[in-house]
Amino acid sequence: MSGKAAFKILRGTSQGVEFEQYETPISEGMVVLDAVRQIQADQIPDLACRWNCKAGKCGSCSAEINGIPRLMCMTRLADLPLEKPVSVEPMKAFPLIKDLTTDVSWNFHVKKKIKPFKPRPPDASDGTWRIWQEDIDRVQEFRKCIECFLCQDVCHVLREHRLQSEFIGPRFLVHVAGLEMHPLDIEDRLEELKTAYGVGYCNITKCCTKVCPEEITITDNAIIPLKERVVDRFYDPLANLLRKFKK
Amino acid sequence: MVDSQEFEYDVLVIGAGGAGLRAAIEASAEGCSVGIICKCLLGKAHTVMAEGGIAAALGNVDDRDNWKVHFSDTMRGGQYVNNWRMAEIHAKEAPERVRELEAWGAVFDRTKDGRILQRNFGGHKYPRLVHVGDRTGLEMLRTLQDYGIHQGIEVHMERTVVRLLKDGDGSRVCGVIVYDREKGRFQVFRAKAVILATGGIGQAYQITSNSWDCTGDGHSLAYEAGAELIDMEFIQFHPTGMVWPPSVRGILVTEGVRGEGGILLNSEGRRFMFDEIPDNYKHQTADNPEEGWRYTQGDKEARRPPELLTRDHTARCIVREIKEGRGSPHGGVFLDIAWIKEKISHSEEHIKRKLPSMYHQFKQLAGIDITREPMEVGPTTHYIMGGIHVDADTQMSTVPGLFACGECAAGINGANRLGGNSLSDLLVLGKRAGEYAADFARENNLGSIGGEQVEEAVEMALEPFGRDNDPQNGAENPYSIQNDLQKLMQHNVGIVRKEEEIQCALEKLDLLKERASRVHVPGNREFNPGWHTALDLNHLLTISEAIAHSALERKESRGAHFREDFPEKNPDFGQCNYVTIKGPEGNMLVRSEPIPEMPEELKAVIKEME
Repeated sequence: MSGKAAFKILRGTSQGVEFEQYETPISEGMVVLDAVRQIQADQIPDLACRWNCKAGKCGSCSAEINGIPRLMCMTRLADLPLEKPVSVEPMKAFPLIKDLTTDVSWNFHVKKKIKPFKPRPPDASDGTWRIWQEDIDRVQEFRKCIECFLCQDVCHVLREHRLQSEFIGPRFLVHVAGLEMHPLDIEDRLEELKTAYGVGYCNITKCCTKVCPEEITITDNAIIPLKERVVDRFYDPLANLLRKFKK
Repeated sequence: MVDSQEFEYDVLVIGAGGAGLRAAIEASAEGCSVGIICKCLLGKAHTVMAEGGIAAALGNVDDRDNWKVHFSDTMRGGQYVNNWRMAEIHAKEAPERVRELEAWGAVFDRTKDGRILQRNFGGHKYPRLVHVGDRTGLEMLRTLQDYGIHQGIEVHMERTVVRLLKDGDGSRVCGVIVYDREKGRFQVFRAKAVILATGGIGQAYQITSNSWDCTGDGHSLAYEAGAELIDMEFIQFHPTGMVWPPSVRGILVTEGVRGEGGILLNSEGRRFMFDEIPDNYKHQTADNPEEGWRYTQGDKEARRPPELLTRDHTARCIVREIKEGRGSPHGGVFLDIAWIKEKISHSEEHIKRKLPSMYHQFKQLAGIDITREPMEVGPTTHYIMGGIHVDADTQMSTVPGLFACGECAAGINGANRLGGNSLSDLLVLGKRAGEYAADFARENNLGSIGGEQVEEAVEMALEPFGRDNDPQNGAENPYSIQNDLQKLMQHNVGIVRKEEEIQCALEKLDLLKERASRVHVPGNREFNPGWHTALDLNHLLTISEAIAHSALERKESRGAHFREDFPEKNPDFGQCNYVTIKGPEGNMLVRSEPIPEMPEELKAVIKEME
């Protein structure tokens, strides 16, 4: 692979944006982030974008490439049609700061509101616990999350319906699932899941699972089991009846 | 020009990687008000890139392990120019710091009896690395982050320190001035104690495993504030970085691949690591492939394979193979884990489970399936053993009120760091930095910022906007200077060094500094990476100069520092460290400082472990 490719990059601030087109030389193995950085170095030094590790591990360079939420560092040019310009835009679910950067601070506020990890007392006299690998396989899947927020970006509850005040989004449902299914955790978050976290808003379109660069099965492994736990607690008619009798 | 709003904390931490977060948590637990300033978003620090594990002598997998073995391994790996007191504290306290992480929610891989699993790693005598597959750094950082946000710590994201501020008579550090990335506003943070936890310097080199933000800020800020740097000649080149395709060159391939049985091969298919085994490791290294394999599979009677020798040695062996024409097609050597299919059934699933990110990384970025074919790897700039000179017990620098921990501090690793020791270092010494900074804060007031420091810093930071923008008149692009600097350091002060090349680097660094004084950046102060690069350049130039000067002084080969013109170890140089400090005229001074005599009881420990 060699020659040049064209990139249509959305530039601007909340005051207004427009696509600008740039050409840059390409070579074998290049990813979109390489092209964006090259354009930055050679043509527009003040092009705003975030990136850190360039290896798909930090989740900083989230963007929408040809309309699909992806990490720029893990999107190879060889996998994109280069006959027409590659479009690169910021995530749409969050307020724009400048060019490819958005204000993702809402995510940090949400996480702070989630009840933290609370372990049971240690199992052994030296203050340690005994945990079996098969009991943590699923939690470890959730803990692969690199907080790129692409799942939040694609979630229509946040992207289209803008229900940020009522729904914590797939990223934090995965986080809650990681806590709820942690074998040591004894906190109870089901009431919050039903109310403040808004798990009921998810209608299982699985868009989040599709865009997850860590391939976490967000909907099937995290969200649906949480929904089931909420249903068991609050909507099981038999349990409700029993609760009434107990009162 | 400066935001009227000032922030005040008892303890201010610069950097939100593992060391910074651990320090902040401790200072907060001590009852201090704590602020963190970080260059990126919270949770993105370079710690997430750590793959292999945390070294701690828990003895869960091999009960012969204890702090004494860990201490001796660390000193041997560092070629005995380490600060022995730091190595001792580190080895003794690491297990407790790991158990604490579990209590805060970390989910490490388990042994069959439900305890924390440990894996083999280069230079560690027993399986010692606590891990989660090959994403241990992420697990650790996320645990500290998720615990830390509930401890009342205030985090100020995407802010970069321009300068450390000192009090009226210049005797101590009492604050910092920063700019925020989003708006480019300047803000003053005042604090009774400041902890630097800014990480490494990898961006001074062309081929590196480090993130964009590893630009040596802490090293350079401390130096400018009058603090001593030490051991700056010791830079670790990790033996296995990706080499192909070009755009991913340098990205780390974890040592865990070799810990799980991966072998290094040259183009002739020869396992070249058997060809040269250093004398001080001969007795604990396998002399045949079969024994090496048994070691990786937990056979306590077997000795480790030569692929698990220390990183400095392994990197040099790889360079030798490439230089002598036995390299892989793209200028590396082969790292093969797929071969284990000869030994175990279901090797494909096994590799994917043990090394998920490596599988993912090669599949996505290079189109290679590591369960079926070998990887191509070569050395990559990974870690700086040198850094801010700190007291072993308190982590305070030579400037009162200024503390440092993690990669930007120095001492524990000597001439070469063992894999896994950085994650344990930042837990152990990060905690201590927080603890003693809190002590210092209790005994001192906020102090008043002396003179015109704030105004000077702002003026300096804004210079790139005001300069001539015409290349005809000498206007420079910050990215191209950084590029040239990276090439210079890679070629002249890289893995193999010699006097003429280092001298030449120092001359060229002067030219680059002159060019940097003509950098112009277009646009405004709002989220302007060109401007950020222009300011980072100053740090990179300073630390590059410190590296080159120290490398010139150490006329021997030791650990990661290899001098072609002095290829042997020289016992005289084993008695000293090199200290870098800013001289009275603003020039850089380097002097040697004798290493304090090791106490008898520690000498006895080392003897016992031989």
